[in-house]
Amino acid sequence: MKPRLMPAALAASLLAWVPAQGETVAPSDVEIVDLAVEASLTGAAGDAEKGRAWFLDRKLGNCLACHMNSDMADQPFHGEVGTPLDGVGDRWSAAELRAILVNSKEVFGPDTIMPAFYRDSGFHRVAEEFEGKTILTAEQVEDVIAYLLTLKE
Amino acid sequence: MRGTVAILGASALAIAGFAGFGIADEEAELVVEGETLVSRVAAPEWHPLDQLMSGWVFRSDETQALQLDDFENPGFAAITLAEEVWETAAGTSGKSCADCHGDAGEAMKGLRAQMPKWSETAGEPWTLEDWINWSRTEHQGAEAWKWESDEMLAMTAFIGLQSRGMPVNVQIDGPMEEWWERGKELYYTRVGQLDLACYHCHEGNYGNMIRADHLSQGQVNGFPVYRLKWGKLGSIHRRFKGCMENIRAVPYKRGSDEFTALELYVASRGMGLSVETPSVRN
Repeated sequence: MKPRLMPAALAASLLAWVPAQGETVAPSDVEIVDLAVEASLTGAAGDAEKGRAWFLDRKLGNCLACHMNSDMADQPFHGEVGTPLDGVGDRWSAAELRAILVNSKEVFGPDTIMPAFYRDSGFHRVAEEFEGKTILTAEQVEDVIAYLLTLKE
Repeated sequence: MRGTVAILGASALAIAGFAGFGIADEEAELVVEGETLVSRVAAPEWHPLDQLMSGWVFRSDETQALQLDDFENPGFAAITLAEEVWETAAGTSGKSCADCHGDAGEAMKGLRAQMPKWSETAGEPWTLEDWINWSRTEHQGAEAWKWESDEMLAMTAFIGLQSRGMPVNVQIDGPMEEWWERGKELYYTRVGQLDLACYHCHEGNYGNMIRADHLSQGQVNGFPVYRLKWGKLGSIHRRFKGCMENIRAVPYKRGSDEFTALELYVASRGMGLSVETPSVRN
């Protein structure tokens, strides 16, 4: 039995290095390189239709609070705080959008008003309900990216 | 006056309905009961902004109209209550506010404009709520009111009304300087899961829509404010608390040193704007 355990442990530690299909990267393990995160946080592609729902959901992405989006013209009150998102899928790649969603401060600079959607530490006075949590899950981030990539002009 | 406002209000509502937005004319003048209040003023030199604007400027036409006429202003129900309380004996002293202070219109004039104000007794700045509770416990021998109680809101509104039209003018030097610096630090410190500081919205983005809300400069010259969302008057510290909860932060407590320091700093950012108490907001 014993010799067999060694390769299993080795395999497990290898898995920690390279996330396999379906395994999510923890918020503290996401590396933003050259303003981009190349690999999917879940190892899989997101679902654009779900992403559209997270984008709109006031308790999740709530992206419309700050960003105008013509694809949601049926919704009243689009925000004016961020840039309009029409054509955002033409302007940014999936890897760049991933970096912006994970932690926009690493892309736009430390003063940006945009929250980090996949970061769970380094904040001050976080409400207990949200302590140690990210605004979106890895899967939701990927879904939103998939949706944003559909916004072409 | 009353009839005119009602008609204006109705037509504004109709226009807002067609446009789908209730955004007000930003050039409108704030004329309350025939008196023009200062709702826009050049900022003091140290201020990061050039022009200071009352929150009234950013509200919808129909909300704006509610503040132009005291009969329409829903905050005035509390004024009626406070007028009675002012005359009513309380506590072991058996004295009313009026027994010592006389006519509130004379005695309380100008007070709101200077809040928070340094207390030699305590060696710290006191908000209007602090001054009222000090007088209740020390002079009247009565129980302190809770910060957000109907009595406290009514009395701060009533006392504030006696300064309506006077420019906000808080002390920020001398012993206040340390508190002002502390408030400034809080204003620029990010908090909560959304990781925002006051300045992100109220200095960098006032005038912009954040969904259905038209962001203002976060001025406090109209408090306590009758907020339509609350359906009643609310204190400055209640508003601070709500803001912090919105960004998923643990708020400071009403009456805490932090909120008093922040109130001082935010009040100073509105120097020169007229006191509007009790104002009406969304």
